[in-house]
Amino acid sequence: MANWIGGDQKIPQGRLILVSYGIVLGIVLLLLGFWKLQIVQSGHYSDLAEKNRVRSIPIIAPRGKILDRNGRVIVDNYPSFSILLLRDDPAQIQKDLPQITAGLNITPEDLRQQLEEAKIEPKFQPIIVKPEATDADLAFVESHRLDLPELELMMVQRRKYPPNDFLAHVIGYVGEVSPQQLDQQSGDRYKPGDIVGKAGLERQYNDTLTGTDGMRRVIVNSVGKPVRTLDDTEPIPGKPIQLTIDYNLQAVAEQELAGKIGAMIALDPRTGEILAMTSQPSFDPNDFAVRIPSKEWRVLNDDPNKPMLDRAIQAQLAPGSVFKILESAAMLESGVPPPDFHVFCPGYAVFYGTVRHDWDPKGHGEVGLHKAIVHSCDVFFYNVGQRLGIDRIAYYATAFGLGKRTGIDLPGEEPGLVPSSEWVERVYHHKWYPGSTISVAIGQGATEVTPIQLLRTVSGIAMGGVFYQPHLLKDFSPVKITRFPLSENTVQQVTDGMYGVVNEGGTGVFAYNILKQAKLQDVEFCGKTGTAQTISSKGLLRLSAAERHHFGYNTWFVGFAPKRNPEIAVAVLVQDTALEAGGAAAPLAARFIKAYYEQKQGRPIQELEAAKSAPKIRAATTQVPKAVPQGQ
Amino acid sequence: MSERTHTFEFDWWLLTIVMAICLVGLLEIYSSTHGSALHGMQWKQLTWIGIGFGGMLILSRVDYNAILDQSPLLYLVGLAALLLVLAVGHTRFGARRWIVVGGVVLQVSELAKLIIIIVLARYFSEVRTERLTLADLAKIGLLVGVPAGLILLQPDLGTALVLVPVAIIGAFLAGINWKHAVAVLALGALVAVVGWNGHFLKPYQKQRLATFVHPEESPRGAGYQILQSEIAVGSGGFWGKGFGKGSQNQLGFVPVRYSDFILAALAEEQGFFGVLICMLLYLALLLRLVDNAQKAKDRAGMFLVMGVAAILAFHVVVNAGMVIGYMPVTGIPLPFMSYGGSVTIFGFLALGLVMNVRTKRFVN
Repeated sequence: MANWIGGDQKIPQGRLILVSYGIVLGIVLLLLGFWKLQIVQSGHYSDLAEKNRVRSIPIIAPRGKILDRNGRVIVDNYPSFSILLLRDDPAQIQKDLPQITAGLNITPEDLRQQLEEAKIEPKFQPIIVKPEATDADLAFVESHRLDLPELELMMVQRRKYPPNDFLAHVIGYVGEVSPQQLDQQSGDRYKPGDIVGKAGLERQYNDTLTGTDGMRRVIVNSVGKPVRTLDDTEPIPGKPIQLTIDYNLQAVAEQELAGKIGAMIALDPRTGEILAMTSQPSFDPNDFAVRIPSKEWRVLNDDPNKPMLDRAIQAQLAPGSVFKILESAAMLESGVPPPDFHVFCPGYAVFYGTVRHDWDPKGHGEVGLHKAIVHSCDVFFYNVGQRLGIDRIAYYATAFGLGKRTGIDLPGEEPGLVPSSEWVERVYHHKWYPGSTISVAIGQGATEVTPIQLLRTVSGIAMGGVFYQPHLLKDFSPVKITRFPLSENTVQQVTDGMYGVVNEGGTGVFAYNILKQAKLQDVEFCGKTGTAQTISSKGLLRLSAAERHHFGYNTWFVGFAPKRNPEIAVAVLVQDTALEAGGAAAPLAARFIKAYYEQKQGRPIQELEAAKSAPKIRAATTQVPKAVPQGQ
Repeated sequence: MSERTHTFEFDWWLLTIVMAICLVGLLEIYSSTHGSALHGMQWKQLTWIGIGFGGMLILSRVDYNAILDQSPLLYLVGLAALLLVLAVGHTRFGARRWIVVGGVVLQVSELAKLIIIIVLARYFSEVRTERLTLADLAKIGLLVGVPAGLILLQPDLGTALVLVPVAIIGAFLAGINWKHAVAVLALGALVAVVGWNGHFLKPYQKQRLATFVHPEESPRGAGYQILQSEIAVGSGGFWGKGFGKGSQNQLGFVPVRYSDFILAALAEEQGFFGVLICMLLYLALLLRLVDNAQKAKDRAGMFLVMGVAAILAFHVVVNAGMVIGYMPVTGIPLPFMSYGGSVTIFGFLALGLVMNVRTKRFVN
């Protein structure tokens, strides 16, 4: 055996003892390290361990439903999945971004922008990368639990709007809270990705409709998979709102106006409750219920027919001959000219050296107030207007509610405009031209009204000067009531005139025929037609038939029933039609009134029955313009 | 020398300590895996312990003088095995460390550790001078450097470094000029710098080393493991969360909780108290080894025992240090506790060498 195993070698005992000291020192140092973590910093690490294992998943509170006046559901919710992106690890997200965008079929630019916008938020706040996940998206997230742990699913309640754009402008739509809204809100009321009302009632009553989100705390494992639920904080659902809208009457209004450009509103003059309200063309709020891609938004916004515009409260147009109702009331109230004022109408009149035509070139002969209203005699009202003067007209128009918002419970209402000498001096810095008064007298000129204004005004006059704030919420309170008492005689004469328009062979005779067919001629439907040119009559004559189509008339019909103490009032606006008001707007109003009484009498609504068997006409029908007189 | 006397001369204390450590390991492996797809792992570990124990009995009965006699051959066999694993080895987790022997996957570098202990023990015992000469140091460097380099190529930085303390402790015990010691340390630092800046380290190795300094910067990246381990340890507190109740452990936040990070799992569930018991067991184990070295019949025996002590101590310090974030993640398990066939068998074979030395202490 080799010599290295010889027993003569000394064991270096001292060095071995040094080594054992070293071992003791090493173990002690390690124990100190454990002591620091487990005793000194135990609380800190316990918090981290808790954050690790417990994940809070919001349980979205469903928004309140929207019901019609009879409790019929108009807007409901349905469950759906959203895909969340957890932002704890920005570097990891940057790395996984191509995979995520490809897998979820979203553009990297959109996601980057979202991440940029979310930067100001705390990191534990996830962002919603896909609000409405498809089955393929869900499968993608589930199958990438391990390599894409930053993706998470969340069940949400989505808005389900009725089909066929039903009540679209009134309901509005919801969408993700905008950065501006986030900035405006003090405190933490909204967080990114929250769904808020963006337009219409959804916006107006957002606070009522929005519930309080709940929270589910789950224990997750290291790959983020929930192992079990710790506890739930139940969400508090949003409160439902009940509308004054009558589902059936709304359907009739929309059916009547379908394919046209315009608005139609019906309300109860005794309360201000709106029974039906539509603006056409419309849009599908369901497109907005999730996140509307910027492309679709542009299509809607760039449409020359402006489907996003709620014409019922936002279209500011000349009232045309409907204005003659206000003028009649002003004449009778002020006594200028006196109630028995008469003119001879040869079909034209000359004011300040300018020839003013009547809509009927044949003329109306001897005309008093009643006949002037019934046949919408322009010459009569030119004279009345001239005698009243612009400021008296403006005074009454303002008193009747024009030129200011009605206060309807919808966002975005326009105020309209009542021209006056003061207004001209303020805005144009010159004196009022008396000739302008002649135009204003028949509802042309600078006067601008919205359909809701015109309806409230006419309803209020029919109610004897009691103007109710129009509203859509059944429990709306307090309803603002503006009183401008009119004499019995004024109300009687004006409403008698309007009765004549429909029932005495006036400009609204089409309406009478429709009601007569339904044996409803006794409902005392009263109204007034109005037609406002969108181009001068001389200009129109120069155009070919096809070109004329683009410059048709804005036609109005505002009516109510019955003649005394009306219970239903309706306003119809049809824009850019080739038909005059009596043909374009009055039949729509009449069919609505017919439906109203059919329902009231417990009969089936004929218009709806007919629609069930025939498909709804969606596209605008091309109407060949006839050579029609204007101004009635 | 009867057979009975031989077995009776076993270090029963040492064996008791090791078995206690093994038991703690088995329990924690059970706790870490019983609720997962890996359940039943403790039985496999028990099998490894059994095989290791058998190997220890066999090795303790072969005269260590005979083993030392064969050290050149063993060294060549070791190098050949390391070359073989590089050539035809089994690749797992991006590293070529394993060869399959009879259906069992073995980590060859564990064998290299055993051989280096033996080879260096023989080399140091051959030195007759009071202090090692520079030539001695160079030879030692070469003896350790070649297998370490081959292991580094696998790549397995951790195991490659494990060989170094055998040389350092050996050199210290054999006697070294402090100037030489300084020079060697400086050379080691130089190698580290060149190794870092050169292309000797794989990117993942660099990343592991870099992120261990700042684990928070990349919570889901390489620092994730360290951070999760620290959270497990820290949240354990003094008494721990209880057996099978550590959320970090049970929910899988602790990486390889049954093996490399078993101490983190233990620290979470048994608290500082459990860690204290465990560390005292390792302290007892190491001091018992030193005691055996002191009582060795000759320097060769002492170097064998201290070689084993050096490697085990290195494992304990690096592993425990890693768990609390003081050391980088290098994949060095906790001997006798961490799950693992190769490392457990190595541990018992190394103990076999120690028993061997002990039973020969009165033989002359």
